[in-house]
Amino acid sequence: MSVSSLSPSPTEGLSSARFEQHLSQRSYLPAWWLEAKAAAWNQFNTLPSPARTDETWRFSNLNTLDLEGFELPEDASQHIPNLSAFPHAAEIIFSNRQLVARSAVPSDLLAKGVIFAPLDEALRSHGDLVREYFQKLPANLGSEKFVALNTAFTGSGAFLFVPKGVEIAEPFVVQHTLSGANKATFPHTIVILGDNAKATLVEFFVSADNGRHLASGVNDLHAGPGSQLVYVGAQNWSRDTLAFQTNSIVVERDAKVLSLNVHLGGRQARHESHSRLLGPGAHSEMLAVTVANGAQEFDQRTLQTHVSPNTTSNLLYKNALLDTAKTIFSGLIVVEPDAQKTDAYQKNRNLMLSDDAEANSLPGLEIQANDVKCSHGSTSSRIEPEQEFYLQSRGIKPQAAKQMLVFAFFEEVLNKLENEDLHTALRTLIESKFKK
Amino acid sequence: MSNTDTLPPADETTDVNPVGGIDQAVGDFQYDVNYEFDAGTGLNENTVRYISSVKKEAPWILEFRLKALKTFLEKPMPTHWATTDLNNIDFDKIRYYLSQGQKPKRTWDEVPDDIKKTFERLGIPEQERKFLAGVEAQFDSEAAYSNIKDIVAKQGVIFCNSTEALREHPEIFKKFFGKVIPTGDNKFSALNSAVFSGGSFIYVPPGVKVAQPLQAYFRINAENFGQFERTLIIADEGSEVVYMEGCTAPKFSTSTLHSAVVELVALKGAKIQYITVQNWANNVFNLVTKRGVAHEDAEIKWIDCNIGSRLTMKYPGVVLKGKRARGEVVSIALANDGQHQDTGAKMIHAADDTTSVIVAKSISVGQGRSTYRGQVHIPKHLKGCKNNTECDALLINTNSRTDTYPAITVRGDTHAVQHEASVSKVNEEQIFYMQQRGLTEAQAMSLAVNGFVNDLVRQFPMEYSVELKRLIDLEMEGSVG
Repeated sequence: MSVSSLSPSPTEGLSSARFEQHLSQRSYLPAWWLEAKAAAWNQFNTLPSPARTDETWRFSNLNTLDLEGFELPEDASQHIPNLSAFPHAAEIIFSNRQLVARSAVPSDLLAKGVIFAPLDEALRSHGDLVREYFQKLPANLGSEKFVALNTAFTGSGAFLFVPKGVEIAEPFVVQHTLSGANKATFPHTIVILGDNAKATLVEFFVSADNGRHLASGVNDLHAGPGSQLVYVGAQNWSRDTLAFQTNSIVVERDAKVLSLNVHLGGRQARHESHSRLLGPGAHSEMLAVTVANGAQEFDQRTLQTHVSPNTTSNLLYKNALLDTAKTIFSGLIVVEPDAQKTDAYQKNRNLMLSDDAEANSLPGLEIQANDVKCSHGSTSSRIEPEQEFYLQSRGIKPQAAKQMLVFAFFEEVLNKLENEDLHTALRTLIESKFKK
Repeated sequence: MSNTDTLPPADETTDVNPVGGIDQAVGDFQYDVNYEFDAGTGLNENTVRYISSVKKEAPWILEFRLKALKTFLEKPMPTHWATTDLNNIDFDKIRYYLSQGQKPKRTWDEVPDDIKKTFERLGIPEQERKFLAGVEAQFDSEAAYSNIKDIVAKQGVIFCNSTEALREHPEIFKKFFGKVIPTGDNKFSALNSAVFSGGSFIYVPPGVKVAQPLQAYFRINAENFGQFERTLIIADEGSEVVYMEGCTAPKFSTSTLHSAVVELVALKGAKIQYITVQNWANNVFNLVTKRGVAHEDAEIKWIDCNIGSRLTMKYPGVVLKGKRARGEVVSIALANDGQHQDTGAKMIHAADDTTSVIVAKSISVGQGRSTYRGQVHIPKHLKGCKNNTECDALLINTNSRTDTYPAITVRGDTHAVQHEASVSKVNEEQIFYMQQRGLTEAQAMSLAVNGFVNDLVRQFPMEYSVELKRLIDLEMEGSVG
C-alpha cells in the first residue's frame, strides 16, 4: 500500500498506459509542455515515497498516503456548487477536470492586455509566457513526488496575466469541482502580475459529493516589481479526500503578496507554501485559517525565504481543532547571508476545542545575516474561560458564546482581506462547516 | 607530546581561577602521562571486553555493554536532521579507554604528580576547599580523585564514580541505570553504553538537603581519545542536591570525542539542579545525552552553558512523570568561529498539572553557528499541563548564523503552551551611547552581550557567573572592528 503501488491494469488508474493516453490526447499542445509532462511522470515514478526519516514529513501520517485505485474522471459532474456569489471580474469553472463554465473577461481588461484563460488554452495562445513562469521556482517543501504527479496529469487550472500598470479591483475566480468515486484532479494555476499591476485571484477546491477523491494542486504566483497580488485558496474537499496543494510565491522589488488559505475539507490535507522575497521592499503576508474536526489531518508546511535585503514577511496560521483532529504546522524563516534588514514574523496559533485533538507546531528560523528582526511564536491553548464567562454574563448561551469566540479567533486573519464581499463569502463558507 | 606543554606553569601567587578551565587558554596544556591501561585504537567487541575486564565488572554489565555495541553499530548517523559534520568522526581512530588505574585517590597527595599538576592548574583543589561538598576529578577514562566532605557523607550521601558505584552499590545502581535513557535512545547513547567509564554516581537519602554543591571535573588529556562518562544521580524523596560539572581538553591537531550519558532521578518532592559549564577545546565533538525523570512534586533544573567544542549536540530533557512535577532548562550557548552549538531542551509531560520552562539564549560570533532544537510533548488525556519556551538569539557579526527548530505537540484542551523566539543584533544605539561615555567598542559590545544573558547568568552560583562574564569579555575581544 505504498504511493508507488498504483493499479497495474493498463489504462485504469494512474498507470503508465493511462499517462501515455493522457499525453496523446494533448498532442496539440507545445512540445516543451509535453516533454515536461513526460519528465515529470518519470520523476514521479523514481522519487521515493515520503519516509519516516524525512524531516519534511515529521508528524505526518504516512500510512494513509495511498494512491491506489484513483483514476482520472471521464465526465463532468451535473452538480456544481456555487461559491462565487460575490462581485467578480471573471470566472472559470472546472468539474472533473473539464471546463464547464467561464465568464468573459470584461472587454476593457482584454483591451489592456489582461489574459485570464484555462491553462490548456493559454498554452496554445501564450505558450512562451506560460513556459517562462511554469515551475520556475518550485516550492520544494517535501511534496516533490506529488508535484511531479500534478505536472504529469495536469489539464485543468487557470492562467492569469495582468500587464504592467493595470489595476483590477474585483477578483478573478477559479473553481475546481470533483465528484464520483476514486476520482483524481491535478489543477495548476499560474498568476503573473506585471510591474505595478494589482489583482486578486480566488480559487475554490470542492467536492460535489462524498466520494473518495485525490487532489494534487500546484500554483505558481509571481508578483512583478511594485505589484500587489491577493491570492485566496479555499478548500472544501469531501471528507474522504487526500489533498496536496503546493504554492510557490515569488515577490519582486516593492511588490506585496497576500495569500490566504482556508482549509475545511479532506481526510488528510497537506498544504505547502513557499514565499521568496527577491527584491528590496518586497513583502509577503502568509495567512491561513483551518477548521479541523472529526479525524481530519491538516499538514501545513511553509517557508519564508528572504533572498534580498530590506524585505519583510508576516505569517499568521490559525487552527481550530475539534474532535480527534490533528494539525501540523511546520514553518521556517530563512534569511540568506545578504538579506540584511530583513523583518520577518511567523505565528501559529492553535485553538484546542477538544480533549482528543492534537496540534503539532514546528516554527523554525535559519538566520545567516545579523542586522535583522526575526521572531516567531506558537501557542496552543483553549478559549479563555474569562471571555466565555463575560459573554455568558451578557446573556449569551454557552454554545453561541463559544462559537462567537472561535470566529473572533479567525477574524484576526480574515480582517486582513480588504475586499468586504470576499471576506463575507469566506466567513459564510467557514460557518457552514460548524453548521453541519 | 611533552613539548605541547609550552604554557608557563600556573603561578601559585596569582588568583586561582575559581572555575578551572572556563577560559580555554587555561585548559590548553597537556602533560605527558604513562597510561597503565589502554584499550588501543578503534572499537570492536574486544575493546568492550577489555574495558569490562580491567574494571572487573559483573557479567551482566559486560552483557549490557556488548548489546549496546551492537545497537551502536546498527544505528545510522542521525544526519537526516543533524549536521553532516558528524560524518567526520572517525570511530576507528579513537582510543576508547585510557587510565592509570581504576581506583580514585581520596587525597590530592596520593594523586600522581602529573595528573595532580593538571588539576591544580585548573584550580580544582582550590575550589574544593572554598565552596564544594565533594569533588570528583576524571582524567581521561577514570577518576583520579574523588572525595566527599565527612559531614555530607555522614548524612548518607553517596558520591563516587560509576566504576566504584557498580562495585559497591550495585543494588541502587542497577535499579536506575539505563532506565531514564535506554541504550537505544540514540546512536551516541548506545556508544556510551558500550564503552562507558567514569562519571559520577550520587545518591541522596530521603529528606537530606546537601547544602553545598557537588562537583565533577572532566579532563581529556590524550590525543584521539574518546571520553564516555556515565553519570547517575538519584535524589530520594524530599531531598535536594546541586551538581556542577566542568570540562576542558587541550587543543590537539586531530578531533576528540566526548559522549556522555547523564541520568537523573528525582523521586517524590526531590529537587535536582544540574549545572554544566562546557568549555572543551575547539576540536572536540561533544555529543551528550542528558535526561531526568521528575516524580510527583519533584523538580529538575538543568543549567547548561556551552562555550567550547567544535560541535555540541545536547538537549537536556525532563520526563515529568509525577503530578505537579516541574522541569526547567536554562541554556546559554556561545558559538565562535568554527563552532556549532546545537543545543536545546526536551520536555516530555507524562502526568497532570506538570509544568515546564525552557529559556535559551545563544550568541553567535564571527562565523559561529548556534542552533536551538527543542521538543515539548504533551500526550493524550493529561490535564492542566503548562509549557513556556523562550529562545533568544544574538548575532554579532554579519556572517554569524543562528537556527531555531522547536517541535511542539499538544493533545487536549486543558493545556497552555507557548513558544516564542527572536533573533536580533546588538542595539547600535546602546553601543553608541556606551562609546560616547568613553568605552571602547569591544568593551561596549561585551557589556551588551553580558546584558543579554544577565538574567540567566544570575541563576548560576556566584563563582560560575563571575567567570562566565569574564569569558564573554574574552570571546568578544576579537569580534569587533
